[in-house]
Amino acid sequence: MYAQVVVKSNLRGKTLKTSDVRNPDYFHQVVDCQWACPAHTNVPQYIRLIAQGKYTEAYMVNRESNVFPAILGRTCDRPCEPACRRGRLDGAPVAICRLKRVAADLRGDIAHLLPKIPKESNGKRVALIGAGPASLTVANDLRPLGYEVTVFEKQNKPGGLMRTNIPSFRLPEKVLDDEVGMILDMGVEIRYNSPVTSLQGLLKDGYDAVFVGTGAPRGKELDLPGRKDTDRIHIGIDWLESVAFGHIDKIGERVLIIGVGNTAMDCCRSSRRLGGKDIKVMARRPRGFFKASPWELEDAEEEGIHITINHAPKRFVVENGVLKGMEFERLEWDAEAKKSRVIDEVFLPADDVILAIGQENAFPWIERDLGIEFDKWGMPTVDQTTFQSTCAGVFFGGDAAWGPKNIIWAVAHGHQAAISIHNHCQGVPVTDRPPQGSNLISQKMGISEWSYHNDYNPSKRQKMQHVELTKRFQQLNIEVELGFDPEQTAREVQRCLNCDIETTFVENRCIECDACVDICPVQCLTITRDGEESELRTRLSAPAVNLDQAIYASNPLPQTGRAMVKDEDVCVHCGLCAERCPTAAWDMQKFDLIIPYAGAACTTSSVLA
Amino acid sequence: MPSIAKPIATHPTLQRNSLGLTIRDYEGSMSTLCAGCGHDSITAAIIRALWELDTEPHMVAKLSGIGCSSKTPTYFVSGAHGFNSAHGRMPAIATGAAAANRDLLYVGVSGDGDSLSIGLGQMCHAIRRNIRMAYILENNGVYGLTKGQFSASSDIGSKSKRGEPNRMAPIDPVRLALSLGATFIARSFSGDKEQLVPILKAAFTHRGFALVDVVSPCVTFNDHEGSTKSYKHTRKNTLRATQADWVPPQSEILAQISKSGTTSVAMHDGSVVNFSAVPKDYDPTDRRKVAAYLDDQPANAVVTGLLYIDPSAPDMHELGQSSPTPLRDLAYEKLCPGSAELERMQEEFR
Repeated sequence: MYAQVVVKSNLRGKTLKTSDVRNPDYFHQVVDCQWACPAHTNVPQYIRLIAQGKYTEAYMVNRESNVFPAILGRTCDRPCEPACRRGRLDGAPVAICRLKRVAADLRGDIAHLLPKIPKESNGKRVALIGAGPASLTVANDLRPLGYEVTVFEKQNKPGGLMRTNIPSFRLPEKVLDDEVGMILDMGVEIRYNSPVTSLQGLLKDGYDAVFVGTGAPRGKELDLPGRKDTDRIHIGIDWLESVAFGHIDKIGERVLIIGVGNTAMDCCRSSRRLGGKDIKVMARRPRGFFKASPWELEDAEEEGIHITINHAPKRFVVENGVLKGMEFERLEWDAEAKKSRVIDEVFLPADDVILAIGQENAFPWIERDLGIEFDKWGMPTVDQTTFQSTCAGVFFGGDAAWGPKNIIWAVAHGHQAAISIHNHCQGVPVTDRPPQGSNLISQKMGISEWSYHNDYNPSKRQKMQHVELTKRFQQLNIEVELGFDPEQTAREVQRCLNCDIETTFVENRCIECDACVDICPVQCLTITRDGEESELRTRLSAPAVNLDQAIYASNPLPQTGRAMVKDEDVCVHCGLCAERCPTAAWDMQKFDLIIPYAGAACTTSSVLA
Repeated sequence: MPSIAKPIATHPTLQRNSLGLTIRDYEGSMSTLCAGCGHDSITAAIIRALWELDTEPHMVAKLSGIGCSSKTPTYFVSGAHGFNSAHGRMPAIATGAAAANRDLLYVGVSGDGDSLSIGLGQMCHAIRRNIRMAYILENNGVYGLTKGQFSASSDIGSKSKRGEPNRMAPIDPVRLALSLGATFIARSFSGDKEQLVPILKAAFTHRGFALVDVVSPCVTFNDHEGSTKSYKHTRKNTLRATQADWVPPQSEILAQISKSGTTSVAMHDGSVVNFSAVPKDYDPTDRRKVAAYLDDQPANAVVTGLLYIDPSAPDMHELGQSSPTPLRDLAYEKLCPGSAELERMQEEFR
C-alpha cells in the first residue's frame, strides 16, 4: 500500500538500505518541530486545532506530551523553532511557543479530559524527590496506573525551579499553580518543607521505586578577592528564589550581573523591578557567544539593561565592609572568541553584584555506599534510555540527571523514567521499552480537496506585544508579554506548513508525466536515474544541500526504470504534486506519531502490525 | 483545477539568469488542463528554455488558436504579449504580427487539430513564408476538448478509448514540413525535457520558421493500451535520430570528439547547435537524406530529435526586403506616404 522508500544516509555510502515509511522515524524527521522537541509534541496538529478555534483540544494535544502547556508557552527554550522548516523558507520560524500559550490562555474546562485516576491503589509506592517538572511528570504518568505517589519538597510550595528561578513577570504564579495543581489533584501526596537529607533513610521506608528530580540547585561561585567581605554579592538562583518567596524586595541602584545566560536575564530584569536603575550585564565574550536565548536578551535590552561585552571579573572592591564595585579586565578576542588578550583594567561602581555564571548539581544527601555510582564531578551514573542509576529502583531525571537543561527536557525525562518505574514495579526489565508507532491516513476529501488548509500564507512572523515600559515596573508580577491577539493568532497559525501531512508515493501507478515535478513550487521533485546519494543530491531539480534532511527515493518506475526522488528539505506540503497527479501515485497522508507512555505495551508487534 | 495557486515560496538556492529573473518569473497562471496532461510539461519546458535564454518577457509574443494546446500560452510568461486567435488562424496572426514588429520572439502554440485539420493551409503558408517564429505543435492524436475523437495525426490502427481502431491515414507534420521546405524541423516528447528544452532553445534562436512537433499524451482520452500517442507507447518506440545540444554564443565551446561524429550548426545569433547523430551518418542539414532516413524507419517508430535545419534560408523580411526598422516603429507619414506618393508610384508603372 505504501511506497517503499530508500532512505539514504550519507554515512551508508553506496550501499542503499531499503526501508519503508511505516518506520515511524522516517516521517517523524520530516516533522522538524516534533523531531526537535524532546517531548515530541505534535505541533502541526495543535496549530491546526488553534486555527479551527479548538483551543481545548489544542491544549490537550500539548498536555499529552509536554504536560505544562501554559508554563512552556511562556518559558520554553523552544528547540522546535530553530528546527522549523518555515525558517528555511522565509528566515523566521513559526512562533510555535506563542501559539502554545494561545491554546492555554483560551482553553475551556478540561477536568473531564484529564486521565482517570483509579480509586484503588495498585499496591506500589513511589517516592519522588523534588516537586519540579521532572517529578511532576512522573506523578502525572503513574497516578492513572494506580501508583501511590509521594513527593518530597523542601519548599512550602510546589514547582521547583519553575517557581524559584522564573520571575513572575515571565510566568504568573496563577498559571504555575494551575498546571501544577492539575497533577497534585490526581491524588499525589506531597510533603512540603521536607527536604530529603538521607536517601538511605528514604529507601528504608520501603518504597518500590525512588525518583530523584532535585534539579541543579547550586549556583556557581566566583572565588575572587573580596567575595566574602560583603553581603551585597548574591548567587543568582538563590537570589531569584528569595525574590520569588518575598524574602528580598529591593536592590541597590547600581547592579552588576556577572554572566550572560538566561538566569542573568532573569536577574537583571528582576533588579529593574526592585529598584535597580543602572544595571549592567557583564559578559566576558562578544555578542554571538552569549548563552542567553536571543529573545530573552532582546527583552532585557528593551528594559534598558546594558550588556557590557569583553569584560572579565578581576576582583570585588570592598571598603570597610561596603561594596564599592568591581574591577574587570578588558579583553580583546580573536574571531572565534577562543583566545583573548587583556587590554587594560577598569573599575565599575556597584551597590550589588549578582553572580549568574551557571549552576551545578549537588547530592550531599545521597550516601555513597548505596550502590549509586558517582563520577569524579559528583554526577550520578544514569542510563541514557532508562534513567536508572546503578542502583536498581533508583531513577534520576531532569537537571538532576545530567546537569542543567530546560523544563521541556525534564518533562521528556519524566515520561521515560515513568516507563522505567512502571516496568521495574511490574517485574519487566527496564530496558524493555514500548516502541513508537505511527499512522498514515490519506487527507483526500475529493478532487483537489484536502482535509487541511494547504495554501501557503506569506505572512511574516508575528511579534509579541509587551506591556508598556512605563507600566510594567510598577509591580514585580506584571506579566510583560500580552500574548497574541486574535489577528496575530489567525496570521501565525497559517504560517505553519503542515509538515505532518506527508507526500507519499506509490511507484507502480506513476506514468512519468512530470506533472508533479513541474508544479512543485520549491523544486523538491526529480525523476532521474538512481545513484549514490552524494552524487544524486547534486543533480536534482534544485541541489539538495541540506544534508540533515532526507532524500526520499522510490523503487524503479514502471516505464523507464528511473526513480522518483524527493528532497524533503523545503517541501511546503501544499499537496499540488498530489493534485496534479493523474493516477493518484502521490497522496497527502497525515502522519501521527504514537508515543508510548507508562502503561503502553512493550511488544513491538502490537504497535507496528 | 488545483485548489490553490502555486505557492510563492521558492527554494532558497533558486537561481537567477542574467536579467536577474528566476524561473518562477517566467510562469503564467495555473493550468486548467487535466492533471498529467503532456501540454503542461511542454509549458514547463518552454518556461525553462526562455529563462535559460535570458529572454526578456516583454520581448515575447505568445500566439495560439483553439484547443487544449491553445489554452497553454496563459500558463507561461505572464509578462509577455499574447493573442489567442480563431481556430487554425494563429499562423495568419503570427504573420501579421511578425510583419509589424520583426523584433519580437514569436512563440506559437498549436495542436494537431488546430494545425493539421482546420488550420493546415495556414500552417503551410507560414512555413512557405519562413516567418521567424517557433511553432510548437502539441500533438496528442485526439480531439481532447470535444471528448476524444480521432484527429488528423492519429495513426492507422491506433485505438480510441472505446477500443475502436482508426482507419484513416495520418498527416505527419514533420514530413509535411520537410516537403514544404521548412528550415527547422524537430520532433520531441513532452515526457523528455532533457531533449525538449535544448530543441526549444534552438527553435527560439532560429531565424526562420521552426516547427517543433511534440508528442504530448492526452491522459484523459488517449493514454490507454492500443493508443500510439500514449506515454507508454511513445517511450517504447522513441528512436532518437539526433541528440541536440544548444550552445549559447558567449560560452566557450570545449570540443569533444564523438565516436558517432558531431555536426555543428551555427545559428544566426552566433549560438551553435551541436548534433550528435545517434544513428551513424545522420545528416540534419541534408533534406533528401532526412526524408530517406524517415522512410527507412519502422512504421511505429517515433523518430525524435532536431531532424532538419537550414539556418541560412531567408525569412519573410529578407524575402520581402522589408525595412530593418520594425514597421510599428516607422512614422505614420513614412508608413503611409499619402495619395500624392501613391499617384507618383502608380505613374511609374504606366
